[in-house]
Amino acid sequence: MTATLQPAGPATAAGPAPTPGRRRPRSSAARQRIEIVLLVGPALILFLGFVILPVILAAVYSLYNLPPAFRWEQLAEPDRFVGLANYQRAFDSPEFVRAIGNNFLILFASLLIQGPLAIGIALLLNRPLRGRTALRLLIFVPYVLAEVIAGLAWKLLLQPEGGVNAMLESLGLGFLQQNWLADPSIALWTLFWILTWKYLGFAIILMLAGLQGVPEELAEAAAIDGASWWQIQRHITIPLLGPTIRIWAFLSMIGALQLFDMVWVTVAPTVRGMATETMATYMVQQGQFAGQPGYGSAIAVILFFISLAVALIYQRLALRRDLAGAVTRGVR
Amino acid sequence: MNRRSTTRLVTFAAATGLAVASLTGCAGGGGDEGGDGEVTLTWWHNGTTGPLPEVWEEVATEFEEAHPGVTVEQTGYQNEDLQRTLIPNALAAGDPPDLFQVWPGGELRDQVENGYLMPLDDVIPDTIDSVGATVNPWQVEGATYGIPFTFGIEGFWYNTDLFEEAGIDSPPTTLDELIDDVGALRDAGITPIAVGAGDKWPAAHWWYQFALHSCSPESLQAAETEFDFSDDCWVEAGEQLEEFLGIDPFQEGFLGTPAQQGAGSSAGLVANGQAAMELMGHWNAGVIGGLTPDQQVPEFLGWFPFPGIEGAAGDPTAALGGGDGFACSAEAPPECAELLEYIMSEDVQAKFAASGAGIPTVPAATSSLEDPNLTLVAEGLAASSFVQLWLDTAFGTTVGNAMNDGIVNLFGGSGTPDEIVTKMQDAAATL
Repeated sequence: MTATLQPAGPATAAGPAPTPGRRRPRSSAARQRIEIVLLVGPALILFLGFVILPVILAAVYSLYNLPPAFRWEQLAEPDRFVGLANYQRAFDSPEFVRAIGNNFLILFASLLIQGPLAIGIALLLNRPLRGRTALRLLIFVPYVLAEVIAGLAWKLLLQPEGGVNAMLESLGLGFLQQNWLADPSIALWTLFWILTWKYLGFAIILMLAGLQGVPEELAEAAAIDGASWWQIQRHITIPLLGPTIRIWAFLSMIGALQLFDMVWVTVAPTVRGMATETMATYMVQQGQFAGQPGYGSAIAVILFFISLAVALIYQRLALRRDLAGAVTRGVR
Repeated sequence: MNRRSTTRLVTFAAATGLAVASLTGCAGGGGDEGGDGEVTLTWWHNGTTGPLPEVWEEVATEFEEAHPGVTVEQTGYQNEDLQRTLIPNALAAGDPPDLFQVWPGGELRDQVENGYLMPLDDVIPDTIDSVGATVNPWQVEGATYGIPFTFGIEGFWYNTDLFEEAGIDSPPTTLDELIDDVGALRDAGITPIAVGAGDKWPAAHWWYQFALHSCSPESLQAAETEFDFSDDCWVEAGEQLEEFLGIDPFQEGFLGTPAQQGAGSSAGLVANGQAAMELMGHWNAGVIGGLTPDQQVPEFLGWFPFPGIEGAAGDPTAALGGGDGFACSAEAPPECAELLEYIMSEDVQAKFAASGAGIPTVPAATSSLEDPNLTLVAEGLAASSFVQLWLDTAFGTTVGNAMNDGIVNLFGGSGTPDEIVTKMQDAAATL
């Protein structure tokens, strides 16, 4: 390791030592180089060491059968290398397949339920309305709350003897009482409700910001032409809101695929295993708690590729126009 | 920027990264002993609530006073964090604490295999002898790597008042009597049994008990050493549990109930008189005490062992239990073993017993137990013909987790007795 450092270090360090005659251009180029190294270097080292390297290591570990708290040397032991057996096991496991299903169910439910809801509320809040600022503020509050705090609060409210059931009782709706988080047949929908409560505010704020970019003149012109409020929203506002909706959908999809903390905090391990496991919770459960770092790493790699595939496909199909120039220009 | 300088930049960054990594690698390890005979011992334990943290703090101070130049840095961590995250990570990182909690069975075997632990037989043989056969689970192939400071068995923690209310005169001694008592409690409008099934293991313990009473000691041994679950008793255990679940003995929504956190937990339900009993380990008096409004162990609390099952192949006087033990890391200074020796001394064990934190393992210290329920547990322990270690501990993390998953599926109505065994066999096959 020191040997690698020796040539590289001095070479860069020796750069500024100028040869007389061609002093100015060289020194300014060298100086620029040092500046770049100094500015980018630390961040690059952190990025390589704490993001890229672990990603590569996870891919390596996923090919091994490793005990908890393994040593580096154990990678070289015979029988440790199992090739793609961990991946095979993951796709053969009904638990993991169900976890993937849960992720996609939450993904589609978010798009189909949260999206229209957020657009509708944003359109309403965009009209002149008494107490509009206060309303906007209120709607954004859940998003500002820490995930764990919101999760614990809902967990307490949704206990069998908790606030939600007590409220239903006092409203005379006692027959609607449920073991919200303890009944595997409804736990996933309870969880989805909590997620909607938490993230709807973010979607609404995003849509409201998008609505600010829709020129009022268009609506006015349409109104003069005799268009109703509905027609204006349908044919002018929402199409112009398109880029915002597509970006929101992208964020929502990634969030649904990576979903971990809300599930971990609110749902008891038993019910989680039966009904609300996601790819990320399954990964932590198997990799950390069941003491199988190799298998857990394989799950991580699968999660990575599923997210990547979804992101790429979505970018191709939906985001292409929106991002034209923003992302692609720098690369080409 | 042209390509060459980019390449160079990346090379430089990579080289620096490697250099940093190797530097930190060199700095790690070998930091315990200073040049002038000063020694710092780090000690991780699971004492975070009840009387235990205070006991360990005193032990550390007393040891420091008796050994000038030695500093003991003791820290208590939440049990599962310590077991599943902190210790494995510290061991894997090559920077473990000197003295730390070890869990017997599969985990201990893994740690010994990796050379993480200090063999103790030649260092403190008298201490090992002082706890007798209790040390067996902390041994691997005859060598001792850890010493338990507390060991107890599982039984029912019950509310004597509620039993009386339901017209039950004495605790059940057979499974049939237990089933009758569950019916009597239900008739009296009382939730018979609380189970923290949300945390998996408390539910799993029910199956362990049925397995313990159905399987011969030989089958248990074969399972633990060779992962041989071919004996029918393992499926029978699930069938018995399924039948028991059929009488609806547990509180409503038990799949979501945690074991120990808050008034809504299974221990909290017993503590606040909302359930009549709970099957739980020897530590439960402290947990229940911590969940009452006045933070005291309630007057009504009683204890009885798991009843025998008529006609079952298992040893009726066998008990299920476990304990907490400490081990020294392989690289720990010799003072670590001395500290362990001191922790296991009769004085400290008596102090531990008197505090009500648990049941001591040195027999002479048992007389210092003051809590009447702990005395009952200690008597139950003494009366057991043999104690089977918690099955998830005994089988190790991987098989243990698969087993517990299978059992909670049965609790949730989505699994079968056969599936539990299949899951265990599948998990064992990955090892």
